[in-house]
Amino acid sequence: MSSNPYLFAAYAATWVIHIIYLATIRRRYARLKREIEELKK
Amino acid sequence: MSGAAEGQKGAKQGVARGITRATLLKDLRLEWRSKDAINSMLFFSLLVVVVFSFSFDPSAEESRQIAGGLIWVAFLFAAVVALNQTWARELRNQVLDAYRVSPAPPNSLFMAKVLGNFIFVAVLEALMTPLFIIFYRLRAIGPAWQLLLVAAFGTWALVVNGTFFAAMSIRTRSREIMLPLLLFPISIPAILAMVQATAGILTGEYSARFWIVLLATYDLVFTTGCLLLFETVLNAE
Amino acid sequence: MRRLFPILVIFTGVLLSYAMSIALLPVVHIGGITLIGAPTEQTMGSVQRIFYYHVPSAWTAFILFFINLGASVYYLIKRCATADIVALVTAEVGVVFCTVVLVTGPIWARPVWGIWWTWDMRLTSTLVLWLIYVSYLFLRKFSSSGQTPLLAAALAVLGALCVPFVYFSIWFFRTQHPQPVMGGGGSIDPRMLHVLLVNWLAFSCFAFLVCWSRFRLEKVQREVDEAHAMRSLLDDPSAAARSMR
Repeated sequence: MSSNPYLFAAYAATWVIHIIYLATIRRRYARLKREIEELKK
Repeated sequence: MSGAAEGQKGAKQGVARGITRATLLKDLRLEWRSKDAINSMLFFSLLVVVVFSFSFDPSAEESRQIAGGLIWVAFLFAAVVALNQTWARELRNQVLDAYRVSPAPPNSLFMAKVLGNFIFVAVLEALMTPLFIIFYRLRAIGPAWQLLLVAAFGTWALVVNGTFFAAMSIRTRSREIMLPLLLFPISIPAILAMVQATAGILTGEYSARFWIVLLATYDLVFTTGCLLLFETVLNAE
Repeated sequence: MRRLFPILVIFTGVLLSYAMSIALLPVVHIGGITLIGAPTEQTMGSVQRIFYYHVPSAWTAFILFFINLGASVYYLIKRCATADIVALVTAEVGVVFCTVVLVTGPIWARPVWGIWWTWDMRLTSTLVLWLIYVSYLFLRKFSSSGQTPLLAAALAVLGALCVPFVYFSIWFFRTQHPQPVMGGGGSIDPRMLHVLLVNWLAFSCFAFLVCWSRFRLEKVQREVDEAHAMRSLLDDPSAAARSMR
């Protein structure tokens, strides 16, 4: 296993970016769910 | 039969040209009476010249290197001032809506606006260039006549895209800020070409031919693209 | 179709972990069996392994932008709402992948070239591409909902027209980037190519999954918005008429 800090930083950054984006999608799903509940009332 | 069709086509073109001319003259007359756009553009680019001149205080040699970038950045920002108000004027009294329901070809309206803006920016450039030359002690080492080509093609590139994106941005919230956001990214190749060509001519270090050809191609492609898409944008509901 | 989703999630997860392990591990032999990892590059050392994330992300982003163009043109011709959603989703996910490219690039450049950023051809053209698609997303966000699809499609077409110009102008401007991996230029160790392609496959699957879920989100969101509009129309016609204006 290589322990180069730049290598680690690059791989970590990639996944951080993807996870942030996935989190925004998740948040929008949650909001959508609330809106649907509201609509059902 | 074909003669009649030919005649009809000719008449249609005549109408289109008439509309272009009428709109263009109307805009020029409006501008001539108020001088809003040209005055604010002039003052704005004057400010840019003075501020940059203070902050860099370049020698003649250095200013040859950076003047291309400075001039075009000043003109670009000044042009946005004029572009922002081209369509805003037509929103009042629902002129655009009237245009949409009329059978007049949308492209003649577009061409009129582009020509009008081209004239405004060209006047601005003609007035500002002497000032630049004085403030930055410029003297072209390369062939100076090519600067005319660069100015013509460069201004056209800015104005065609600018008019198109201004028509887009008036349909958004926060209109004024939207135009530069849309215009600048797409104009990057054109701006790079203008700046490089100008620097090449001023320093005489390299030929500007590649950049001028690139600008001309850019103009051709984007003029065609904008003309093809303008009707869609005008009628977007 | 929807039952396929969890299976695809598991598949992509496994593929991504496998791809990451072969990208990070050197070639290992255990008892005569060769576990294929990537050999460590001789001059750059292990930093070169960033390239197994950088390049596949770039390819994926370009493919997504290409799909965006196709969907936008299709929308302009057919005015099909699904095509508009596809265009929106691919632009958004494409921007995310493009961001990855722009972040991993400098992290690689710092130890190898000694600088974080240089105005080299590929870096610059990728940055300009990113700017164009971010402005596209801005337009989508700021225009009123009825007109968004048409305006966005028009911008997407003009943005795509711009790409060759970006490329040519910056190519003439300067070039410092290592030659493209595929097609011309230096040769690549087949074991490295294998790792690269596996990573690309994994990231493509991942991008597809993200696009899928984003697509469903957008589709349901539009239905819900419509239902809300209908509801307010039924409840109070005059208020609805005012809000339409």
